[in-house]
Amino acid sequence: MIKFLLMVNKQGQTRLSKYYEPVDIGKRAALEADVVRGCLSRRKEECSFVEYKDYKLVYRQYAALFIVVGITENENELSIYELMHNFVEVLDKYFSRVKQTQIMFHLDKVHIILDEMILNGHIVETNKNRILAPLLALDKMVES
Amino acid sequence: MSDVVEKTLTALPGLFDSQTGAAKITNRLKQLVKSITELTSKHEEENLMKQELSSMKEQVASPNTTMKQMKEIMVRAMYCEMMGYEASFTYIHAIKLAQQGGVLEKRVGYLAVSLFLSESHELLLLLVNTVLKDLQSTNLIEVCMALTVVAQIFPKDMIPAVLPLVEDKLSHPKEIIRRKAVLALYNFYLIAPNQVQHIHGKFRKALCDKDPGVMTSSLHIYLQLIRESPDDYKDLTGSFVTILKQVVGGKLPIDYNYHNVPAPWLQIQLLRILSLLGRDDQSASELMYDVLDESLRRAEMNHNITYAILYECAKTIYTISPKAELLEKAVKCIGSFVLSPKINLKYLGLKALTYVVQHDTKLALQHQMTIIECLDHSDFTIKRETLELLFRITNAQNVTVIVKKMLDFLRVCSDDHTIIHLVGKVAELAEKFAPDNSWFIQTMNDVFSIGGDLLQQDVVNNFLRLLAEGSDCKEDDDQLRLYAVGSYLNVLKGNCFHLPQHFLQVMSWVLGEYSHLQESVDQREVICLLTKLLDQKTISSETRVWVLFALTKLSEDQTDLILDLLESLSSSQDTVLRQQAQELHHLSQDSQLHEWVLPHGAPWDSVEVDSSLSFLDGYVSEALAAGAAPYKPPHQRQEELCEERALSLEPYGFNLPVSLSSCSITDRQSPALSSELSGNSAELSQKAGTLILEGVKRVWGKDGYLPHKETTGEGAQVEDPAAALQTSGQQGAAERLEPPDQSQQKEDKQQLASSLFVGLGAQSSTSLLGKSEAPPPRFRRKPRPHASSSSSGASERSSDSSHSSRSTADSFLYGNLLEEEPTTIKPSSDVTKHNHIRANGPEQNKDAGVAVETDRGVNTSHILGSDMVLVRPNTIQDKYPADLTELLPADLKELPRSDVISLTSDPSLSLSSCRVFRDESLLLVIFLSNCTDTAITDVAVQLTCEGLETVSLRGNVIECLEGVSVCHYALMMKDPQTNVSFTGTVSYQTQAGETNSLLFSGTLCTADFIRPLVVTTEEYGKLWLSFSHDVKQNLKLLTDAEDPLGATLNALKETLQLHVVDVIDSEGILACSLLSGAPCLLHCRVNGAALAVWLRSPLPALPDCILYHCQKTLAEH
Repeated sequence: MIKFLLMVNKQGQTRLSKYYEPVDIGKRAALEADVVRGCLSRRKEECSFVEYKDYKLVYRQYAALFIVVGITENENELSIYELMHNFVEVLDKYFSRVKQTQIMFHLDKVHIILDEMILNGHIVETNKNRILAPLLALDKMVES
Repeated sequence: MSDVVEKTLTALPGLFDSQTGAAKITNRLKQLVKSITELTSKHEEENLMKQELSSMKEQVASPNTTMKQMKEIMVRAMYCEMMGYEASFTYIHAIKLAQQGGVLEKRVGYLAVSLFLSESHELLLLLVNTVLKDLQSTNLIEVCMALTVVAQIFPKDMIPAVLPLVEDKLSHPKEIIRRKAVLALYNFYLIAPNQVQHIHGKFRKALCDKDPGVMTSSLHIYLQLIRESPDDYKDLTGSFVTILKQVVGGKLPIDYNYHNVPAPWLQIQLLRILSLLGRDDQSASELMYDVLDESLRRAEMNHNITYAILYECAKTIYTISPKAELLEKAVKCIGSFVLSPKINLKYLGLKALTYVVQHDTKLALQHQMTIIECLDHSDFTIKRETLELLFRITNAQNVTVIVKKMLDFLRVCSDDHTIIHLVGKVAELAEKFAPDNSWFIQTMNDVFSIGGDLLQQDVVNNFLRLLAEGSDCKEDDDQLRLYAVGSYLNVLKGNCFHLPQHFLQVMSWVLGEYSHLQESVDQREVICLLTKLLDQKTISSETRVWVLFALTKLSEDQTDLILDLLESLSSSQDTVLRQQAQELHHLSQDSQLHEWVLPHGAPWDSVEVDSSLSFLDGYVSEALAAGAAPYKPPHQRQEELCEERALSLEPYGFNLPVSLSSCSITDRQSPALSSELSGNSAELSQKAGTLILEGVKRVWGKDGYLPHKETTGEGAQVEDPAAALQTSGQQGAAERLEPPDQSQQKEDKQQLASSLFVGLGAQSSTSLLGKSEAPPPRFRRKPRPHASSSSSGASERSSDSSHSSRSTADSFLYGNLLEEEPTTIKPSSDVTKHNHIRANGPEQNKDAGVAVETDRGVNTSHILGSDMVLVRPNTIQDKYPADLTELLPADLKELPRSDVISLTSDPSLSLSSCRVFRDESLLLVIFLSNCTDTAITDVAVQLTCEGLETVSLRGNVIECLEGVSVCHYALMMKDPQTNVSFTGTVSYQTQAGETNSLLFSGTLCTADFIRPLVVTTEEYGKLWLSFSHDVKQNLKLLTDAEDPLGATLNALKETLQLHVVDVIDSEGILACSLLSGAPCLLHCRVNGAALAVWLRSPLPALPDCILYHCQKTLAEH
């Protein structure tokens, strides 16, 4: 099960956070700082999985942006690692070559996309066309 | 500059009309994003957020703010919350936005709700109407977003309001609506499973939906359902297999592909479902073999996602019933992972290996050099996973090396969570496999110092309990205690102010309890050391209590040393400490009292506890006579409050004079232990059992890999098993090495490999060959009687009085790790004995007396040492009649009985058993079937089970066995225990003159030993009042039946042989008795959705046992 998904920049600032299990807002900052420290301190040749408390972190770097996902022990790390890439590919498709600033200016849309892919900590859709369909329909309605 | 503009804008929100305002606000979001990216310090961040929040507050309050502006505010609020600044004033506006906005605003409103609110937030109720409206909208996009939010977050109590609408959507023509509806129902299932029970049929429809998306989303529900009760969904195995086959075969639309792999995450989901369905189920597993094989074959592309699928596939193959061919492929695949230069893949390989070695430890051998390399890997994660793997393959021969590796790792580790986790494992291994006392105590010292104050309390408790309860051999126990005392004295003599509190507590307890064993040490010295400890400022007051308690035990006749101390402590601020000091003061003045309260060296289980508190009877009757109200325990008082409303027509009242529900043991041993003793000892003993048995799964022992094991087994036929293993281990290592590179490093690694992997190759053969080569664990925990039975002072009985657990000591397979004694195999002397027995065998067997039994007992260990008895899968099944119960003696045939289960078998003999429930005892019937064409002679059966009494036995010695013979033991349980395991041996001679023996084991539970007790309601009422031990608990009520109480009582009656005495309205009374005659009465009352059960019995442990089985029965129902 997926516990949370974070997008963090190299300085450790959170650019997007989504929790699939209630975490007190006061505790999020500390958790994120901890998580980021755990991942950013690792070298390139080390593996993309880190143990953190009673769950695992899977992280992947895209230019200056890190995506970090917290998962439970029984989850398949490598499949999550690839899920992140699928997510980035979807963003790429929607924003045509996604950049960090786009993610920041369209935080709401990134969240809408994420909601289509992961629900309650489970992967519910991975088909790119289907992930984007509701959002594209929404955009069309607003235009017309 | 921009800051200035920003400030001006914030200060003048009302000055812009809505048109220009909207444009500016878009700018505001941009401005916010820009400012956030330019932040350089925490201080700046705080200022920015403060500014932003106050500007938003003003805006939302303004009536001129448009929906479009509100949408921007929501996104800004998301930023604030994301950075840890609560924007709770926007929550209500998020709901408003979802209610009133146009489509895009609505979506953002819903999004904000799902991000900001938790499931229990009260504002969530305001969302219900909006959701209802949108679900009925003609605009599909609105329906879609309403379903999305419902699938994420919805108030539990309001589910019934939207459920019919969501259900309707399951047959919507648009696939996306159907898909979202299924996901919404999944969320309902997670938060309130009862609410969606009636639509399980519709889930099936969703599974068969023509759209792959709808089918995929239904899998989430099924994974959950199947995890909870796999047996209910076995009929779907075929469907899941077909779906997986189609996915793997590329039958899905092309846009489901990810890097040319068809729907990889869907494949993984399906594989997980299959592994749940195929576990322990041969027929379900058989359906899967083909598709698993195909999955392995198809996933040949070099891409991470195919590796992820392969990993899941291998895991599934090792979870379901084994098939040799697939296992081999899976192992090959894991092997390629482990050897991969890609670090992520290596990690996954190690994780997979950790999983599969639980089934077959030998698998680790193939990769020993890689494992060694990983152990020294620079990557923390890899190292950590490797230790996990080593933990799984630890045995008595490699324990010292592995524990050393773990401790080395722990010393440099700084992560608290990892430390707690690993230290617990080290303690577990030390207890299980310790080669000698000094190593054990030293390792535990390390555990206590490294674990520090993070250490979990149960590590401490387990260790102290091990010391306190000891094994059956007092000499061994004292040796261990003596060693501990010596070791702790040394530690305390050094500088000990840095030691963790737990460690100090353990030391003071041990010294208090056992330092008298060490004659060479002056007690005064011990007292001085402990007193010095009290002077330290760093120790906690809890530890002070422990130390003082130890001093209390030690101070007999040495009062002069502690008087000063008492003086200072009796004015302490800490009340507990002060009380302890007072007690010590009194005891030190009255040595007789001291002796009486704290007798020296009293055995652990002889502490007499008057659980009925009878010594207070006088006091109570005086008080009653003086007009005091009789005591009622809290639960009873509550009960009465409820009862007062209605007239009670029950024959038995609630006004009991004295009720002693929760007498806990006040033991003199240690403060921390007492709580455990009085509580869940059953769970504890079970836990100990399961922990130790892990990794010896029977399924895996008997199948698949047998041919390999035969060869290793023959190789190991050497006098000194340890030496044999050592060499085979080294050979294994050498074979796998590339051309000889004589560098020192490599040699070191080989050395390490041979010490790490020693015993692995043969350990699995051990279980198969029926011989125990590994020296048995040192420490044996006494089986703990179910409840706090130390009050009875009775120790466990063995049903076989003529020989102790020695002959079963090396009963390898199931129980041995729990009961062992070092078996020293001395070939020369044993051979003579063997011959002697062979020569005299027939005569001895004629008089099946105790002497023969004893001799055989000794004999077994020799046989196990030399001959190999292979356990083969049941190829001989068809040689004896299909229904063994036909062979039961006529007088037993009519009695109720259990199914026949197969116990064990070897090429010539196969054993099955069945339980026959006689009124006065339990009959354990053992069927011995000769599987060969020739006769087997001199068959003798021995049964050992601690905690049970053998009343009579018949047919346990057979001179000549052709076909099937029946032997039975009548057993009684005197002290209630939830589960009892039995072990036994059958020894026999084949035609060729070989003496063989076959071991078996199994478990019996309380339910086997209880019988219905037929009483009238009046008698019940009288009995009820006379019993003092009671337990009360809420159990699950089978609410789905028409008559929940009736159904629940029936379920209990059927599995537990209870007698239903009477049912009045929502209450029912039941009765049963243990075979020894002790009755137990149950009073059940429907209490909302639960069944409040109140049990009473004259035996303290019986209610607990029965309650345990009731719980189990209802949970399984």
